[in-house]
Amino acid sequence: MEYFLQQLINGVTLGAIYGLIAIGYTMVYGIIGMINFAHGDIFMIGAFIALITFLCLVAIGITAVPLALFLVLLVAMALTALYGWTVERVAYRPLRQSFRLAPLISAIGMSIALENFAQVVQGARVKPLPPLITGGFTLTHKGGFTVQLSNVQIMVVVTTVVLMGVFSWLVARTRLGRDMRACEQDLKMASLLGVDVNRTISYTFIIGAALAAVAGIMHLLYYGVIDFYIGFVAGVKAFTAAVLGGIGSLPGAMLGGLLIGLIETFWSAYFSIEYKDVAAFSILVIVLIFLPTGILGRPEVEKV
Amino acid sequence: MNAPSATTGNTPMLAVRGVKTYYGNIIALKGIDLDIHAGEIVAMIGANGAGKSTLMMTIFGDPRPREGQVLFEGRDITGMPAHEIARLNIAQSPEGRRIFGRMTVMENLQMGATVTDNAHFEEDLERVFRLFPRLKERVHQRGGTLSGGEQQMLAIGRALMSRPRLLLLDEPSLGLAPLLVKQIFDAIRELNEREKLTVFLVEQNAFHALKLAHRGYVMVNGLITLSGPGRELLQRPEVRAAYLEGGRH
Repeated sequence: MEYFLQQLINGVTLGAIYGLIAIGYTMVYGIIGMINFAHGDIFMIGAFIALITFLCLVAIGITAVPLALFLVLLVAMALTALYGWTVERVAYRPLRQSFRLAPLISAIGMSIALENFAQVVQGARVKPLPPLITGGFTLTHKGGFTVQLSNVQIMVVVTTVVLMGVFSWLVARTRLGRDMRACEQDLKMASLLGVDVNRTISYTFIIGAALAAVAGIMHLLYYGVIDFYIGFVAGVKAFTAAVLGGIGSLPGAMLGGLLIGLIETFWSAYFSIEYKDVAAFSILVIVLIFLPTGILGRPEVEKV
Repeated sequence: MNAPSATTGNTPMLAVRGVKTYYGNIIALKGIDLDIHAGEIVAMIGANGAGKSTLMMTIFGDPRPREGQVLFEGRDITGMPAHEIARLNIAQSPEGRRIFGRMTVMENLQMGATVTDNAHFEEDLERVFRLFPRLKERVHQRGGTLSGGEQQMLAIGRALMSRPRLLLLDEPSLGLAPLLVKQIFDAIRELNEREKLTVFLVEQNAFHALKLAHRGYVMVNGLITLSGPGRELLQRPEVRAAYLEGGRH
Protein backbone atom coordinates (compact mmCIF):
# COMPACT_ATOMS: atom_id res chain seq x y z
CA MET A 1 0.00 0.00 0.00
CA GLU A 2 2.78 2.39 0.92
CA TYR A 3 4.63 1.43 -2.20
CA PHE A 4 1.51 2.08 -4.28
CA LEU A 5 1.03 5.51 -2.69
CA GLN A 6 4.63 6.46 -3.40
CA GLN A 7 4.29 5.43 -7.05
CA LEU A 8 1.04 7.35 -7.32
CA ILE A 9 2.80 10.51 -6.17
CA ASN A 10 5.64 9.93 -8.62
CA GLY A 11 3.24 9.17 -11.47
CA VAL A 12 1.15 12.29 -10.93
CA THR A 13 4.29 14.42 -10.95
CA LEU A 14 5.50 12.90 -14.20
CA GLY A 15 2.01 13.15 -15.66
CA ALA A 16 1.87 16.86 -14.86
CA ILE A 17 5.01 17.45 -16.91
CA TYR A 18 3.67 15.42 -19.84
CA GLY A 19 0.34 17.20 -19.63
CA LEU A 20 1.95 20.62 -19.95
CA ILE A 21 3.78 19.54 -23.10
CA ALA A 22 0.73 17.74 -24.50
CA ILE A 23 -1.30 20.97 -24.43
CA GLY A 24 1.06 22.43 -27.04
CA TYR A 25 0.53 19.48 -29.37
CA THR A 26 -3.21 19.47 -29.02
CA MET A 27 -3.67 23.23 -29.45
CA VAL A 28 -1.66 23.39 -32.63
CA TYR A 29 -3.40 20.32 -34.00
CA GLY A 30 -6.78 21.81 -33.16
CA ILE A 31 -6.12 25.02 -35.06
CA ILE A 32 -4.04 24.08 -38.08
CA GLY A 33 -4.44 20.31 -38.13
CA MET A 34 -0.75 19.48 -38.03
CA ILE A 35 1.41 17.68 -35.52
CA ASN A 36 4.18 20.02 -34.46
CA PHE A 37 6.93 17.46 -34.07
CA ALA A 38 9.37 20.16 -33.01
CA HIS A 39 7.34 20.82 -29.88
CA GLY A 40 9.29 18.31 -27.79
CA ASP A 41 12.47 20.11 -28.73
CA ILE A 42 10.93 23.42 -27.78
CA PHE A 43 10.52 21.84 -24.34
CA MET A 44 14.21 20.88 -24.40
CA ILE A 45 15.19 24.43 -25.42
CA GLY A 46 13.07 25.70 -22.52
CA ALA A 47 14.99 23.48 -20.11
CA PHE A 48 18.33 24.72 -21.43
CA ILE A 49 17.30 28.36 -21.25
CA ALA A 50 16.22 27.74 -17.66
CA LEU A 51 19.55 26.15 -16.79
CA ILE A 52 21.54 28.96 -18.38
CA THR A 53 19.39 31.56 -16.64
CA PHE A 54 19.98 29.85 -13.28
CA LEU A 55 23.72 29.92 -13.83
CA CYS A 56 23.62 33.58 -14.86
CA LEU A 57 21.59 34.49 -11.79
CA VAL A 58 24.05 32.69 -9.55
CA ALA A 59 26.90 34.47 -11.31
CA ILE A 60 25.41 37.89 -10.57
CA GLY A 61 24.70 36.87 -7.02
CA ILE A 62 20.96 36.23 -6.94
CA THR A 63 20.80 33.06 -4.90
CA ALA A 64 17.51 33.41 -3.03
CA VAL A 65 15.67 30.38 -4.38
CA PRO A 66 12.12 31.79 -4.69
CA LEU A 67 13.31 34.94 -6.45
CA ALA A 68 15.64 32.99 -8.72
CA LEU A 69 12.88 30.53 -9.61
CA PHE A 70 10.50 33.32 -10.42
CA LEU A 71 13.02 35.07 -12.66
CA VAL A 72 13.94 31.81 -14.38
CA LEU A 73 10.28 31.12 -15.03
CA LEU A 74 9.81 34.53 -16.64
CA VAL A 75 12.95 34.45 -18.74
CA ALA A 76 12.52 30.85 -19.89
CA MET A 77 8.86 31.33 -20.78
CA ALA A 78 9.58 34.51 -22.74
CA LEU A 79 12.58 33.21 -24.67
CA THR A 80 11.05 29.81 -25.38
CA ALA A 81 7.89 31.53 -26.59
CA LEU A 82 10.10 33.44 -29.00
CA TYR A 83 11.48 30.13 -30.25
CA GLY A 84 7.96 28.77 -30.72
CA TRP A 85 6.89 31.86 -32.61
CA THR A 86 9.98 31.72 -34.83
CA VAL A 87 9.54 28.04 -35.64
CA GLU A 88 5.99 28.67 -36.84
CA ARG A 89 7.01 31.76 -38.78
CA VAL A 90 10.00 30.14 -40.48
CA ALA A 91 9.01 26.52 -40.95
CA TYR A 92 5.22 26.28 -41.04
CA ARG A 93 3.59 29.49 -42.21
CA PRO A 94 5.23 29.53 -45.65
CA LEU A 95 3.84 26.02 -46.18
CA ARG A 96 0.29 26.71 -45.05
CA GLN A 97 -1.14 26.62 -48.59
CA SER A 98 0.99 23.64 -49.52
CA PHE A 99 0.02 19.97 -49.46
CA ARG A 100 -0.92 18.48 -46.12
CA LEU A 101 2.28 16.61 -45.42
CA ALA A 102 4.60 19.54 -46.15
CA PRO A 103 4.43 21.22 -42.72
CA LEU A 104 4.74 17.82 -41.06
CA ILE A 105 8.00 17.11 -42.86
CA SER A 106 9.13 20.62 -42.10
CA ALA A 107 8.35 19.99 -38.42
CA ILE A 108 10.50 16.89 -38.35
CA GLY A 109 13.29 18.90 -39.95
CA MET A 110 12.85 21.64 -37.37
CA SER A 111 13.01 19.06 -34.60
CA ILE A 112 16.32 17.69 -35.88
CA ALA A 113 17.65 21.20 -36.38
CA LEU A 114 16.82 22.26 -32.81
CA GLU A 115 18.35 19.09 -31.34
CA ASN A 116 21.55 19.53 -33.27
CA PHE A 117 21.67 23.20 -32.46
CA ALA A 118 21.51 22.41 -28.76
CA GLN A 119 24.07 19.65 -29.15
CA VAL A 120 26.53 21.88 -30.96
CA VAL A 121 26.08 24.93 -28.77
CA GLN A 122 25.72 23.19 -25.39
CA GLY A 123 27.64 19.99 -25.98
CA ALA A 124 26.36 16.46 -25.98
CA ARG A 125 27.11 15.73 -22.36
CA VAL A 126 24.49 15.68 -19.63
CA LYS A 127 24.14 19.01 -17.82
CA PRO A 128 23.53 18.84 -14.11
CA LEU A 129 21.87 21.36 -11.84
CA PRO A 130 22.38 20.98 -8.09
CA PRO A 131 19.05 20.45 -6.33
CA LEU A 132 17.52 23.83 -5.57
CA ILE A 133 14.41 22.71 -3.83
CA THR A 134 15.15 20.17 -1.19
CA GLY A 135 13.25 18.50 1.59
CA GLY A 136 9.72 17.31 1.72
CA PHE A 137 7.26 15.48 3.88
CA THR A 138 7.27 11.96 5.12
CA LEU A 139 3.68 10.85 4.80
CA THR A 140 3.88 7.44 6.40
CA HIS A 141 6.60 5.25 7.66
CA LYS A 142 5.47 1.69 8.03
CA GLY A 143 7.14 -1.67 7.70
CA GLY A 144 10.45 -0.13 6.76
CA PHE A 145 9.01 1.73 3.77
CA THR A 146 8.83 5.50 3.76
CA VAL A 147 6.38 7.40 1.61
CA GLN A 148 7.92 10.71 0.64
CA LEU A 149 6.27 13.73 -0.87
CA SER A 150 9.09 16.03 -1.85
CA ASN A 151 8.81 19.78 -2.14
CA VAL A 152 9.80 19.59 -5.79
CA GLN A 153 6.87 17.28 -6.46
CA ILE A 154 4.50 19.63 -4.68
CA MET A 155 5.85 22.52 -6.71
CA VAL A 156 5.54 20.65 -9.99
CA VAL A 157 1.96 19.62 -9.38
CA VAL A 158 0.81 22.95 -7.93
CA THR A 159 2.39 24.95 -10.75
CA THR A 160 0.84 22.65 -13.32
CA VAL A 161 -2.61 22.88 -11.79
CA VAL A 162 -2.40 26.66 -11.57
CA LEU A 163 -1.17 27.00 -15.16
CA MET A 164 -3.82 24.70 -16.50
CA GLY A 165 -6.43 26.69 -14.63
CA VAL A 166 -5.17 29.97 -16.06
CA PHE A 167 -4.93 28.46 -19.51
CA SER A 168 -8.44 26.98 -19.41
CA TRP A 169 -9.76 30.34 -18.30
CA LEU A 170 -7.93 32.03 -21.16
CA VAL A 171 -9.43 29.68 -23.72
CA ALA A 172 -12.95 29.77 -22.31
CA ARG A 173 -13.31 33.40 -21.29
CA THR A 174 -11.00 35.78 -23.11
CA ARG A 175 -11.23 37.31 -26.53
CA LEU A 176 -8.03 35.58 -27.63
CA GLY A 177 -9.35 32.23 -26.44
CA ARG A 178 -12.59 32.76 -28.32
CA ASP A 179 -10.68 33.64 -31.46
CA MET A 180 -8.60 30.50 -31.01
CA ARG A 181 -11.69 28.34 -30.66
CA ALA A 182 -13.27 30.00 -33.69
CA CYS A 183 -10.12 29.34 -35.74
CA GLU A 184 -10.14 25.77 -34.52
CA GLN A 185 -13.69 25.26 -35.77
CA ASP A 186 -13.56 27.18 -39.04
CA LEU A 187 -10.45 29.16 -40.02
CA LYS A 188 -12.06 30.66 -43.09
CA MET A 189 -15.16 31.86 -41.27
CA ALA A 190 -13.05 33.38 -38.52
CA SER A 191 -11.15 35.38 -41.12
CA LEU A 192 -14.41 36.53 -42.75
CA LEU A 193 -15.41 37.95 -39.37
CA GLY A 194 -12.21 39.95 -39.09
CA VAL A 195 -10.03 37.61 -37.03
CA ASP A 196 -6.40 37.85 -38.06
CA VAL A 197 -5.87 34.13 -38.43
CA ASN A 198 -2.09 34.31 -38.77
CA ARG A 199 -1.80 36.29 -35.57
CA THR A 200 -4.06 33.88 -33.70
CA ILE A 201 -1.93 30.97 -34.89
CA SER A 202 1.20 32.79 -33.73
CA TYR A 203 -0.32 33.26 -30.28
CA THR A 204 -1.12 29.57 -30.18
CA PHE A 205 2.52 28.69 -30.78
CA ILE A 206 3.67 31.30 -28.26
CA ILE A 207 1.40 29.97 -25.52
CA GLY A 208 2.21 26.35 -26.31
CA ALA A 209 5.94 27.08 -26.17
CA ALA A 210 5.63 28.99 -22.91
CA LEU A 211 3.85 26.03 -21.31
CA ALA A 212 6.52 23.70 -22.68
CA ALA A 213 9.15 25.96 -21.13
CA VAL A 214 7.51 25.53 -17.74
CA ALA A 215 7.55 21.77 -18.30
CA GLY A 216 11.25 22.12 -19.15
CA ILE A 217 11.93 23.90 -15.86
CA MET A 218 10.00 21.22 -13.98
CA HIS A 219 12.00 18.51 -15.68
CA LEU A 220 15.24 20.30 -14.81
CA LEU A 221 14.28 20.72 -11.16
CA TYR A 222 12.80 17.26 -10.78
CA TYR A 223 15.52 15.20 -12.42
CA GLY A 224 18.42 17.61 -11.97
CA VAL A 225 19.94 16.75 -15.33
CA ILE A 226 19.15 17.60 -18.93
CA ASP A 227 20.70 16.96 -22.31
CA PHE A 228 19.94 17.82 -25.90
CA TYR A 229 17.96 14.61 -26.38
CA ILE A 230 15.31 14.97 -23.63
CA GLY A 231 12.97 16.69 -26.08
CA PHE A 232 12.64 13.67 -28.28
CA VAL A 233 11.60 11.22 -25.59
CA ALA A 234 9.37 13.63 -23.68
CA GLY A 235 7.93 14.92 -26.94
CA VAL A 236 6.90 11.48 -28.13
CA LYS A 237 5.38 10.71 -24.73
CA ALA A 238 3.47 13.97 -24.62
CA PHE A 239 2.28 13.45 -28.15
CA THR A 240 1.06 10.02 -27.11
CA ALA A 241 -0.68 11.67 -24.18
CA ALA A 242 -2.41 14.13 -26.49
CA VAL A 243 -3.60 11.34 -28.79
CA LEU A 244 -4.67 9.19 -25.86
CA GLY A 245 -6.75 12.02 -24.39
CA GLY A 246 -8.15 12.93 -27.79
CA ILE A 247 -6.07 15.19 -29.99
CA GLY A 248 -7.59 18.64 -30.27
CA SER A 249 -9.14 18.45 -26.81
CA LEU A 250 -7.55 20.47 -24.02
CA PRO A 251 -8.96 18.50 -21.07
CA GLY A 252 -7.98 15.43 -23.08
CA ALA A 253 -4.35 16.55 -23.20
CA MET A 254 -4.28 17.08 -19.44
CA LEU A 255 -5.95 13.75 -18.76
CA GLY A 256 -3.78 11.95 -21.30
CA GLY A 257 -0.63 13.38 -19.74
CA LEU A 258 -1.69 12.23 -16.31
CA LEU A 259 -2.54 8.74 -17.58
CA ILE A 260 0.74 8.29 -19.44
CA GLY A 261 2.64 9.45 -16.35
CA LEU A 262 0.76 6.97 -14.16
CA ILE A 263 1.02 4.05 -16.59
CA GLU A 264 4.71 4.56 -17.02
CA THR A 265 5.39 4.85 -13.30
CA PHE A 266 3.28 1.90 -12.24
CA TRP A 267 4.62 -0.30 -14.96
CA SER A 268 8.17 0.53 -13.92
CA ALA A 269 7.32 -0.09 -10.29
CA TYR A 270 5.49 -3.39 -10.61
CA PHE A 271 6.81 -4.97 -13.78
CA SER A 272 9.97 -3.80 -15.42
CA ILE A 273 11.49 -0.40 -15.84
CA GLU A 274 13.07 -1.39 -19.15
CA TYR A 275 9.68 -1.87 -20.72
CA LYS A 276 7.97 1.29 -19.45
CA ASP A 277 7.85 2.86 -22.90
CA VAL A 278 6.42 -0.33 -24.34
CA ALA A 279 3.66 -0.15 -21.74
CA ALA A 280 2.81 3.48 -22.49
CA PHE A 281 2.69 2.95 -26.24
CA SER A 282 0.81 -0.36 -25.98
CA ILE A 283 -1.93 1.37 -24.03
CA LEU A 284 -2.02 3.95 -26.78
CA VAL A 285 -2.44 1.27 -29.43
CA ILE A 286 -5.21 -0.42 -27.49
CA VAL A 287 -7.07 2.82 -26.86
CA LEU A 288 -6.82 3.81 -30.51
CA ILE A 289 -8.23 0.48 -31.63
CA PHE A 290 -11.32 0.82 -29.47
CA LEU A 291 -11.59 4.62 -29.21
CA PRO A 292 -10.03 6.02 -32.39
CA THR A 293 -10.64 9.62 -31.35
CA GLY A 294 -9.06 9.20 -27.92
CA ILE A 295 -10.76 9.38 -24.57
CA LEU A 296 -12.21 12.89 -24.79
CA GLY A 297 -11.87 13.53 -28.52
CA ARG A 298 -14.86 14.07 -30.71
CA PRO A 299 -15.50 12.31 -33.97
CA GLU A 300 -14.68 14.25 -37.12
CA VAL A 301 -18.18 15.22 -38.17
CA GLU A 302 -20.41 18.20 -37.55
CA LYS A 303 -19.50 20.07 -40.75
CA VAL A 304 -22.68 21.26 -42.42
CA MET B 1 -40.13 51.76 -54.39
CA ASN B 2 -37.50 53.53 -56.41
CA ALA B 3 -34.02 52.22 -56.70
CA PRO B 4 -31.75 54.87 -55.26
CA SER B 5 -28.88 53.59 -57.34
CA ALA B 6 -28.51 56.08 -60.14
CA THR B 7 -29.08 59.14 -57.98
CA THR B 8 -26.81 58.59 -54.96
CA GLY B 9 -23.27 59.55 -55.83
CA ASN B 10 -21.22 58.43 -58.73
CA THR B 11 -18.82 55.94 -57.17
CA PRO B 12 -20.56 52.66 -56.49
CA MET B 13 -20.09 51.23 -53.02
CA LEU B 14 -18.88 47.96 -54.49
CA ALA B 15 -17.64 47.59 -58.02
CA VAL B 16 -16.55 44.35 -59.62
CA ARG B 17 -14.60 44.94 -62.82
CA GLY B 18 -13.82 42.21 -65.31
CA VAL B 19 -13.19 39.61 -62.65
CA LYS B 20 -11.97 36.20 -63.78
CA THR B 21 -11.48 33.59 -61.10
CA TYR B 22 -9.98 30.15 -61.62
CA TYR B 23 -9.82 27.01 -59.54
CA GLY B 24 -6.59 25.54 -60.80
CA ASN B 25 -7.10 25.59 -64.55
CA ILE B 26 -10.86 25.58 -64.40
CA ILE B 27 -12.42 28.95 -64.94
CA ALA B 28 -15.25 29.71 -62.52
CA LEU B 29 -15.91 33.38 -63.23
CA LYS B 30 -15.44 34.40 -66.84
CA GLY B 31 -15.34 38.16 -66.52
CA ILE B 32 -17.87 39.59 -64.09
CA ASP B 33 -18.86 43.25 -63.98
CA LEU B 34 -21.28 44.59 -61.45
CA ASP B 35 -22.03 47.65 -59.36
CA ILE B 36 -23.70 47.94 -56.01
CA HIS B 37 -24.66 51.43 -54.86
CA ALA B 38 -25.17 52.59 -51.32
CA GLY B 39 -28.67 51.83 -50.03
CA GLU B 40 -29.48 49.22 -52.64
CA ILE B 41 -30.53 45.63 -52.38
CA VAL B 42 -28.96 43.80 -55.30
CA ALA B 43 -29.73 40.16 -56.01
CA MET B 44 -27.79 37.74 -58.11
CA ILE B 45 -29.67 34.69 -59.21
CA GLY B 46 -28.39 31.62 -60.95
CA ALA B 47 -28.44 27.87 -60.82
CA ASN B 48 -26.29 25.67 -58.66
CA GLY B 49 -22.68 25.85 -59.79
CA ALA B 50 -23.09 29.07 -61.77
CA GLY B 51 -20.32 30.73 -59.74
CA LYS B 52 -22.38 32.79 -57.31
CA SER B 53 -20.58 31.66 -54.18
CA THR B 54 -17.23 31.95 -55.93
CA LEU B 55 -18.09 35.57 -56.61
CA MET B 56 -18.90 36.12 -52.92
CA MET B 57 -15.59 34.64 -51.88
CA THR B 58 -13.71 36.52 -54.59
CA ILE B 59 -15.10 39.77 -53.23
CA PHE B 60 -13.66 38.69 -49.87
CA GLY B 61 -10.19 38.21 -51.29
CA ASP B 62 -9.90 34.43 -51.51
CA PRO B 63 -9.77 33.01 -54.17
CA ARG B 64 -7.91 35.91 -55.66
CA PRO B 65 -9.10 36.69 -59.20
CA ARG B 66 -6.55 36.10 -61.92
CA GLU B 67 -7.81 39.15 -63.77
CA GLY B 68 -9.93 42.15 -62.90
CA GLN B 69 -10.53 44.24 -59.83
CA VAL B 70 -12.81 44.51 -56.83
CA LEU B 71 -13.29 48.09 -55.65
CA PHE B 72 -14.91 49.12 -52.38
CA GLU B 73 -15.79 52.82 -52.41
CA GLY B 74 -13.22 53.31 -55.12
CA ARG B 75 -10.47 51.54 -53.22
CA ASP B 76 -8.87 48.47 -54.72
CA ILE B 77 -9.46 45.52 -52.38
CA THR B 78 -8.66 42.75 -54.87
CA GLY B 79 -7.12 39.79 -53.09
CA MET B 80 -6.77 41.62 -49.76
CA PRO B 81 -6.65 39.33 -46.69
CA ALA B 82 -10.20 38.51 -45.61
CA HIS B 83 -9.81 39.95 -42.11
CA GLU B 84 -8.76 43.31 -43.53
CA ILE B 85 -11.77 43.35 -45.84
CA ALA B 86 -13.96 42.61 -42.82
CA ARG B 87 -12.46 45.66 -41.12
CA LEU B 88 -13.78 47.84 -43.93
CA ASN B 89 -17.23 46.94 -42.56
CA ILE B 90 -18.13 44.44 -45.19
CA ALA B 91 -19.84 41.43 -43.62
CA GLN B 92 -20.76 38.10 -45.09
CA SER B 93 -23.19 35.38 -44.21
CA PRO B 94 -21.53 32.70 -46.31
CA GLU B 95 -22.66 29.63 -48.16
CA GLY B 96 -23.54 26.86 -45.75
CA ARG B 97 -23.97 29.41 -42.90
CA ARG B 98 -20.76 28.27 -41.19
CA ILE B 99 -22.00 28.70 -37.66
CA PHE B 100 -19.43 27.87 -34.99
CA GLY B 101 -21.22 24.72 -33.87
CA ARG B 102 -19.39 24.25 -30.59
CA MET B 103 -19.87 27.82 -29.48
CA THR B 104 -23.00 29.23 -27.92
CA VAL B 105 -25.28 31.58 -29.81
CA MET B 106 -23.89 34.39 -27.67
CA GLU B 107 -20.30 33.51 -28.52
CA ASN B 108 -21.16 33.34 -32.20
CA LEU B 109 -22.59 36.84 -31.95
CA GLN B 110 -19.52 38.00 -30.05
CA MET B 111 -17.38 36.64 -32.87
CA GLY B 112 -19.50 38.70 -35.23
CA ALA B 113 -18.54 41.82 -33.30
CA THR B 114 -14.82 41.19 -33.80
CA VAL B 115 -14.19 44.29 -35.89
CA THR B 116 -16.14 46.70 -33.67
CA ASP B 117 -13.95 46.22 -30.58
CA ASN B 118 -17.15 45.85 -28.56
CA ALA B 119 -17.79 49.58 -28.65
CA HIS B 120 -21.56 49.17 -28.84
CA PHE B 121 -22.02 45.48 -28.21
CA GLU B 122 -25.18 45.62 -26.06
CA GLU B 123 -26.93 47.94 -28.47
CA ASP B 124 -26.08 45.77 -31.49
CA LEU B 125 -27.13 42.67 -29.61
CA GLU B 126 -30.54 44.21 -28.88
CA ARG B 127 -30.91 45.06 -32.54
CA VAL B 128 -30.24 41.48 -33.61
CA PHE B 129 -32.63 40.12 -30.96
CA ARG B 130 -35.34 42.51 -32.10
CA LEU B 131 -34.91 41.26 -35.64
CA PHE B 132 -34.71 37.58 -34.66
CA PRO B 133 -36.34 37.11 -31.23
CA ARG B 134 -35.77 33.38 -31.56
CA LEU B 135 -32.05 33.90 -31.06
CA LYS B 136 -32.67 35.50 -27.70
CA GLU B 137 -34.42 32.35 -26.49
CA ARG B 138 -31.51 30.26 -27.67
CA VAL B 139 -28.72 32.51 -26.46
CA HIS B 140 -26.94 29.96 -24.27
CA GLN B 141 -27.47 27.05 -26.61
CA ARG B 142 -24.68 25.75 -28.80
CA GLY B 143 -24.80 26.81 -32.44
CA GLY B 144 -24.69 23.23 -33.64
CA THR B 145 -27.92 22.36 -31.85
CA LEU B 146 -30.00 25.02 -33.62
CA SER B 147 -32.41 24.21 -36.42
CA GLY B 148 -31.54 25.21 -39.97
CA GLY B 149 -33.70 28.32 -39.84
CA GLU B 150 -32.27 29.38 -36.52
CA GLN B 151 -28.77 28.86 -37.84
CA GLN B 152 -29.57 31.08 -40.79
CA MET B 153 -30.85 33.77 -38.44
CA LEU B 154 -27.68 33.39 -36.42
CA ALA B 155 -25.49 33.65 -39.52
CA ILE B 156 -27.22 36.88 -40.53
CA GLY B 157 -27.29 38.15 -36.96
CA ARG B 158 -23.60 37.44 -36.58
CA ALA B 159 -22.88 39.39 -39.76
CA LEU B 160 -24.97 42.30 -38.47
CA MET B 161 -23.01 42.46 -35.21
CA SER B 162 -20.13 44.06 -37.09
CA ARG B 163 -22.31 47.03 -38.07
CA PRO B 164 -21.68 46.39 -41.76
CA ARG B 165 -22.07 49.01 -44.42
CA LEU B 166 -22.30 46.28 -47.01
CA LEU B 167 -23.91 42.94 -46.20
CA LEU B 168 -23.24 39.95 -48.42
CA LEU B 169 -25.74 37.11 -48.10
CA ASP B 170 -25.10 33.78 -49.76
CA GLU B 171 -28.33 31.79 -50.21
CA PRO B 172 -30.14 32.92 -47.08
CA SER B 173 -33.19 30.86 -48.07
CA LEU B 174 -31.41 27.58 -48.70
CA GLY B 175 -33.14 24.64 -47.08
CA LEU B 176 -35.67 26.72 -45.18
CA ALA B 177 -39.43 26.32 -44.92
CA PRO B 178 -41.42 28.95 -46.89
CA LEU B 179 -42.57 30.72 -43.74
CA LEU B 180 -38.99 31.10 -42.55
CA VAL B 181 -37.86 32.31 -45.96
CA LYS B 182 -40.47 35.04 -45.76
CA GLN B 183 -39.36 35.95 -42.27
CA ILE B 184 -35.72 36.22 -43.30
CA PHE B 185 -36.51 38.26 -46.40
CA ASP B 186 -38.77 40.56 -44.40
CA ALA B 187 -35.89 41.12 -42.02
CA ILE B 188 -33.57 42.03 -44.89
CA ARG B 189 -36.13 44.45 -46.31
CA GLU B 190 -36.61 46.04 -42.90
CA LEU B 191 -32.86 46.54 -42.44
CA ASN B 192 -32.61 48.13 -45.83
CA GLU B 193 -35.59 50.43 -45.42
CA ARG B 194 -35.01 51.46 -41.85
CA GLU B 195 -31.24 51.59 -41.71
CA LYS B 196 -30.35 52.07 -45.37
CA LEU B 197 -28.21 48.95 -45.19
CA THR B 198 -26.72 47.99 -48.55
CA VAL B 199 -27.31 44.32 -49.30
CA PHE B 200 -25.93 42.04 -51.98
CA LEU B 201 -27.56 38.64 -51.99
CA VAL B 202 -27.01 35.58 -54.05
CA GLU B 203 -29.98 33.25 -54.43
CA GLN B 204 -31.40 30.28 -56.22
CA ASN B 205 -34.81 31.31 -54.99
CA ALA B 206 -35.30 33.74 -57.86
CA PHE B 207 -38.86 34.73 -57.11
CA HIS B 208 -38.30 35.99 -53.58
CA ALA B 209 -34.91 37.45 -54.32
CA LEU B 210 -35.99 39.50 -57.33
CA LYS B 211 -39.15 40.65 -55.60
CA LEU B 212 -37.05 41.95 -52.76
CA ALA B 213 -34.19 43.45 -54.74
CA HIS B 214 -34.01 46.85 -56.36
CA ARG B 215 -31.79 45.43 -59.05
CA GLY B 216 -30.86 41.97 -60.11
CA TYR B 217 -28.30 40.07 -62.14
CA VAL B 218 -28.62 36.64 -63.67
CA MET B 219 -25.52 34.49 -63.72
CA VAL B 220 -25.10 31.49 -65.99
CA ASN B 221 -21.89 29.48 -66.05
CA GLY B 222 -19.66 32.21 -64.69
CA LEU B 223 -21.08 34.99 -66.84
CA ILE B 224 -23.72 37.62 -66.24
CA THR B 225 -26.35 37.16 -68.91
CA LEU B 226 -29.02 39.61 -67.79
CA SER B 227 -29.36 42.57 -65.48
CA GLY B 228 -31.98 45.10 -64.59
CA PRO B 229 -34.50 46.16 -61.96
CA GLY B 230 -35.67 43.19 -59.93
CA ARG B 231 -39.34 43.32 -60.85
CA GLU B 232 -38.50 43.78 -64.49
CA LEU B 233 -36.30 40.69 -64.47
CA LEU B 234 -39.15 38.77 -62.92
CA GLN B 235 -41.26 39.47 -66.00
CA ARG B 236 -38.61 38.35 -68.48
CA PRO B 237 -39.66 35.16 -70.22
CA GLU B 238 -36.16 33.65 -70.10
CA VAL B 239 -35.96 34.23 -66.34
CA ARG B 240 -39.43 32.81 -65.85
CA ALA B 241 -38.58 29.80 -67.96
CA ALA B 242 -35.26 29.06 -66.32
CA TYR B 243 -35.88 29.92 -62.70
CA LEU B 244 -39.56 30.21 -61.97
CA GLU B 245 -41.19 27.29 -63.72
CA GLY B 246 -42.62 24.79 -61.36
CA GLY B 247 -44.01 27.38 -59.02
CA ARG B 248 -42.68 29.83 -56.54
CA HIS B 249 -40.85 28.33 -53.63
